Amino acid sequence: MHNDHMFQISATLDVNGEKRMATFRPADTLLYVLRNQLGLTGAKPGCLNGDCGACTINVDDMPMKSCLMLAIEAVGKKMTTIEGLDGTPIQKAFIEKFAFQCGYCTPGFIMNCHALLKQHPDATDEMIKEWLESNICRCTGYQEIAEAVKSVLTRYLSKNNQ
Amino acid sequence: MISFDFEYYKPSTLNEAVQLFYTLQIQKKRPIYFSGGTEIITLGRLNLVTPGAVIDIHDIPECKVLQVDEHHLVMGAALTLTEIEKANVFPLLSKTASEVADHTARNKITLGGNICGKIFYREAVLPFLLTNSQVVIAGPSGIKRVPIQDVFYKQLRLQTGEFLVQIVTNRNDLSVPSVSIKKRRQWDTGYPLVTIAAMKTKEGIRTAFSGLCPFPFRSKQIEDDLNQPQLPLEARIEHAIHHLPTPILNDTEGTSEYRIFVFKNTLQEIFTALEGEEHAQ
Repeated sequence: MHNDHMFQISATLDVNGEKRMATFRPADTLLYVLRNQLGLTGAKPGCLNGDCGACTINVDDMPMKSCLMLAIEAVGKKMTTIEGLDGTPIQKAFIEKFAFQCGYCTPGFIMNCHALLKQHPDATDEMIKEWLESNICRCTGYQEIAEAVKSVLTRYLSKNNQ
Repeated sequence: MISFDFEYYKPSTLNEAVQLFYTLQIQKKRPIYFSGGTEIITLGRLNLVTPGAVIDIHDIPECKVLQVDEHHLVMGAALTLTEIEKANVFPLLSKTASEVADHTARNKITLGGNICGKIFYREAVLPFLLTNSQVVIAGPSGIKRVPIQDVFYKQLRLQTGEFLVQIVTNRNDLSVPSVSIKKRRQWDTGYPLVTIAAMKTKEGIRTAFSGLCPFPFRSKQIEDDLNQPQLPLEARIEHAIHHLPTPILNDTEGTSEYRIFVFKNTLQEIFTALEGEEHAQ
């Protein structure tokens, strides 16, 4: 990373397994740089206030609201956006369970769910509720989203394989 | 998007951070310390906070410490609320912190950011007010460790150039019977109508509050009112209400009358939890 001048930084960002060069201001949020510098428009601007979760990505395997993070904070961290997931169980589950309508909130939900299932493959209902309260959907009633998450839990999979 | 520019610094020692602040201040760059940064970013987007430079404290080892020794728990100001909750070395703090914002936001919100920020709920401070913890502050005069009650009145009273480094809590206080209840207007995320944290000691029940007023507080007068076992609990609560600080918040979350109503009921719940149904009457 180097400062081109005090208000411009050139740095390498590790996104979806690739090292990508980006030039941005210290004041630029990670969401802005992902979308406008790197063309990764999967993370969506919703509230821009850290409330809706539409901008959620994973940073070092933790869900993070990219509107609440400066791009400069992401230097040296491993980021995964929705574009970095392909055919994961949670993505298939979202399709099978009809867990989206307009799809605007969906990337954020999937990133959060993906992190949840990686960390807690047997998450309890209470844990699922706690994690998913970080994301808002205006289309569905959340029931299908919760069903999608539950359908890929270890205990569900082992029960249905018996 | 934040429309104005600021410089970004990430010092690796306490001294470097303080020196940076001093230098930037002389250069009239309006420096501000950056912990979780969630308020700086969201308020910055609205031009309500407009620093010319931010000093990120995450690389300073003392700010990320989480350590329990024979006598004390030491928690760094740059620890995230998720890290604190996960470690669960201070159950009352874990519970209180777990109710702030939402799970993903807590991966970014820090202990110091929540306590020192402009948003006045500052719920993470409540357990430390109850345990009479000490705060470690770095500043132009060096590092100092002082009782929290000496420097916290409505907010942490930091001098220019100072920042919160750590909070130190007596180990014996970590496992005292305690409870924390947060009541919101609706749902399970969002700002409080009333948050009450309480712990039961040999001297009685200590209580600390957020959401009722535009600042968190603990009051000796209120504790004296509530710890009168010869009186029924309802009477004790009525006495306490007369000694509440002002103003009581009156906003879109709830009217002041509603907040008092919720406050009374929540205190009932607290005392029932800590004293038992039979005694909390």
